[in-house]
Amino acid sequence: MSVAENIAETPASKSTVTDMPVKMETRDVNVFYGDKQALFDVSLDIRQNQVTSLIGPSGCGKSTYLRCLNRMNDVVDIARVTGSIKLDEEDIYDPKVDVVEIRARIGMVFQKPNPFPKSIYDNIAYGPKIHGIAATKNEMDEIVEVSLKRAGLWEEVKDRLSEPGTGLSGGQQQRLCIARAIAVSPEVILMDEPCSALDPIATARIEELIDEIKDKYSIVIVTHSMQQAARVSQRTAFFHLGILVEEGDTEQIFTNPRDERTQDYITGRFG
Amino acid sequence: MQEHIVTSFEEALDNINESLARMGGLAEKQLADAIEAITRRDVALAERTVASDKQIDALEVDIEAQALRLIALRQPMAIDLRETISAIKISADLERIGDLGKNVAKRAMVVDQASPGRAMQGLERMGRQVLTQLKEVLDAYAQRDHERAMIVWRRDEEIDEMYNSLFRELLTYMMEDPRTISLCTHLLFVAKNLERIGDHSTNIAETIQFLVTGETIGEARPKGDTTSETSMEFPPDAEPQA
Repeated sequence: MSVAENIAETPASKSTVTDMPVKMETRDVNVFYGDKQALFDVSLDIRQNQVTSLIGPSGCGKSTYLRCLNRMNDVVDIARVTGSIKLDEEDIYDPKVDVVEIRARIGMVFQKPNPFPKSIYDNIAYGPKIHGIAATKNEMDEIVEVSLKRAGLWEEVKDRLSEPGTGLSGGQQQRLCIARAIAVSPEVILMDEPCSALDPIATARIEELIDEIKDKYSIVIVTHSMQQAARVSQRTAFFHLGILVEEGDTEQIFTNPRDERTQDYITGRFG
Repeated sequence: MQEHIVTSFEEALDNINESLARMGGLAEKQLADAIEAITRRDVALAERTVASDKQIDALEVDIEAQALRLIALRQPMAIDLRETISAIKISADLERIGDLGKNVAKRAMVVDQASPGRAMQGLERMGRQVLTQLKEVLDAYAQRDHERAMIVWRRDEEIDEMYNSLFRELLTYMMEDPRTISLCTHLLFVAKNLERIGDHSTNIAETIQFLVTGETIGEARPKGDTTSETSMEFPPDAEPQA
């Protein structure tokens, strides 16, 4: 990125946080696992080209909420979701909606890097293949290259695309998973503690990557590292006991939270 | 407020607060002694006051180091971050207050011989007011009471007005009797130093506002110092002697 572009972009990423259009709108989301309610009336907007981080102690519902955003809770038999979750004003829980298509539009990256036991190339090509995105071998090659480049992995793997993805280092595997998510041209990327299994250098690479790709996608990240939330996100939402306690500009949450529970959590005072 | 889960974090913050409280106490004493030294023309007290500024300087260095360490090792957030940043800012203001107090004390050694005249009363009054403001703002800090700090912030205008009238008074003395110019110039600097201490107290008040509420003050502080625009005509019947 040139210096001029950099300067032009800085104010946009700082001050117009709430001016970005809403990409996903969630209202009064409740989640039940059997009799147990895990989320209570969560209403939150995910804005376009922004990183929204979800923080909170273990069991607070942040991952449960994240999984609602691309209907990952569907695979849990006893899970029941109520409320409204819209992607570009379309209800993703509408019975007419194709869940496979939804998950292509809303990609996901998990805590532990989970590449398929296939070649690096096939890891990326798998999604586009099943969604019929690439018509020819050339097109597929291009998708693989662009995705790996965007994930900052191309230079490291371009000469060994046929080697297994599982042979890469942890940080590389995670970037491979991000490339895999990118390959199907999603609009939203959900990340569930994507750096918790990585060392600080690999973590920094992923954070830099998140910062770069947010211009093309809307990103929601669950993280246990408050410093990470502070570093990568523009909006932060704090969950506690299944309730969305507070959400706001990341800067405000970390310098001047409005709610005492938020303050206690981020300053390490939780009893 | 609940305590930190990590007790050494709690201790580190407590230590900074403790050092700052001690520094505030020393700055307050420094100012009280300086004012007494100049109004009582007590050279011995003035000398002791000048010497004691070193302790204040050392505490500033210490607080800065503690705050730096806390930021590096603990990455404080929210109220802890504001506490740490406020400690750095307040200690810098107190260090300046110590310097200005020292300067007042230094001049006490010079004005010792001369007859100070009526202006000294005005100076004493101003000194008392500045000292009260400093005490108030330090109490407000100790209690994390931003409303009390804001009272100090607004009342600084009174000090500015006292400074204006002292400025005019001293100018008048100098014109009436050029032999007092040396003395009056020293007193003018003393008044200016006291006025500056008042300003640093309002800085501390602003920091307390930020510390407690997380927000900086939007409005500009009412300012009463008009001396930069004040000039006085030489009275025609008092032509200076050649």
